[in-house]
Amino acid sequence: MEIFEIVTYFVLLLLITTAVRVVTTSNVIHAAISLVFTLALTSVLFLLLSTEFVALVLVLVYIGAVIVLFLFGIMITRAPLGKNAELDNDKNKKLGAAIAGSIFFLFSYILVNGFDGEVVITSGSSTELLGEILLSRFVFPFELVSFILLAALIGGITLARKDEALIDEDQV
Amino acid sequence: MTEVLIKVGLLAGAALTGAITFTIMDVKGASWMQRRPGPLHVGLRGFIFPVAEILKFIQKEDIIPTEVDRPVFKWAPAYVMVSCVALFAVVPLSPTLVVADLELGVFFALAISSLGTIGVLTAGWSSANKYSLMGGLRAAGQLIAYELPLILAVVGVVIQAETMSLVGIVEKQIEWGVPFVVGGQIVGFLIFMVAATAEMMRVPFDMPIGESELTMGFMTEYSGIRFLIFYISEYMNMFILCAIASTLFLGGYHVPLLPTEWVNFYGPIVLLTKTAILGFILVAIRWSQPRFREDQLQNLAWKILIPASLVNILVTAIMKVGF
Repeated sequence: MEIFEIVTYFVLLLLITTAVRVVTTSNVIHAAISLVFTLALTSVLFLLLSTEFVALVLVLVYIGAVIVLFLFGIMITRAPLGKNAELDNDKNKKLGAAIAGSIFFLFSYILVNGFDGEVVITSGSSTELLGEILLSRFVFPFELVSFILLAALIGGITLARKDEALIDEDQV
Repeated sequence: MTEVLIKVGLLAGAALTGAITFTIMDVKGASWMQRRPGPLHVGLRGFIFPVAEILKFIQKEDIIPTEVDRPVFKWAPAYVMVSCVALFAVVPLSPTLVVADLELGVFFALAISSLGTIGVLTAGWSSANKYSLMGGLRAAGQLIAYELPLILAVVGVVIQAETMSLVGIVEKQIEWGVPFVVGGQIVGFLIFMVAATAEMMRVPFDMPIGESELTMGFMTEYSGIRFLIFYISEYMNMFILCAIASTLFLGGYHVPLLPTEWVNFYGPIVLLTKTAILGFILVAIRWSQPRFREDQLQNLAWKILIPASLVNILVTAIMKVGF
């Protein structure tokens, strides 16, 4: 058990280091790469909690898709290398710290109070259980979330699209 | 701990061997199809050519241009390499000869394979070169577009096999009698192979490299060992995706009519033969087809492959519930 705990604390330490680096660096690509490591380490934490499915979803969706889209966007809009001075926002540092701190205390209070070290899953694989719960007890919220995502998707396309340009096929 | 290290070592070795084999196959295919005498006659009928190639790249100076973003530039090949090697962990050569038979094997493979994109993108951006940036952008657009049909094509197999473990999927095909490609997943197989070719960035999907217009795409500024890593990774990726395709769709380490109790002996040979056949098809396509235009490439992914794979999932699900 001891080695397991040592590994966990080591991962947590690395996680905090990389997470801090995401917000302190003034190079936007370095921030994105630090975010990759933050997410990868979070995924390792989920693995240590033996929830393989969540860990892999984190890798597939966040690292594989979201970060790649981040990088894609950065490369299109900010191709020059180097530091971006406007990434630092000194005025709101105190406000940011206050908000981050309160969110941290709120989450830890809810988690500690709500579960209190209780083992929720006792038998069967967590993946099977997750699938069953998602499609039985939580089927309505699940469908609702996909509906909201669809709405966001359509909204995004409507905002980004210029119809005049698309009608004229030669300009595409 | 020692066991893990041995397994990692074996993984790296197997990945490298597979990649070198596919390199030989590629250059030999090229020389055979296009009458290039070098790889056919020089040095043991061309078979030691990859050794010469690797030695050449290791000897060369690893040039890092002054203007690049050094840490990002230096580490970009590592992401590509790691994603390729890690993929080998889940492919079963026989029911017992597998590094890790994960319950979520297929899902693991898909998640890990998406890591390589980050290496390609950061390589393109950090090179401080317009060709590299263009190559990186093209690569990103292509990899995002083709990851979707790749994942959706596999969903059909998962529905039919009722498991995500790669060993489980092969066992299901043995139980079924015929491989899934015959038993209803032919469309899925075709979509998977097209999307996998795009993920490997090989002809006809080599717009990100496009040597005639972009020099070497996102690899333009790389030289020496770092270039070698990108170069070898392409073949590793090709080998592993062919192996995964054989496992998912072609029955993996088993062929019908062979006795299942001997599977541990003939398993690796059968799987590697299937992989080599798929690899040969890719080589033949590479040396005989022209490159897609960027808009054709995007249209193929978004307007044909993704709808087709969604229909494939729908039909598979209906068949599964109906019969």
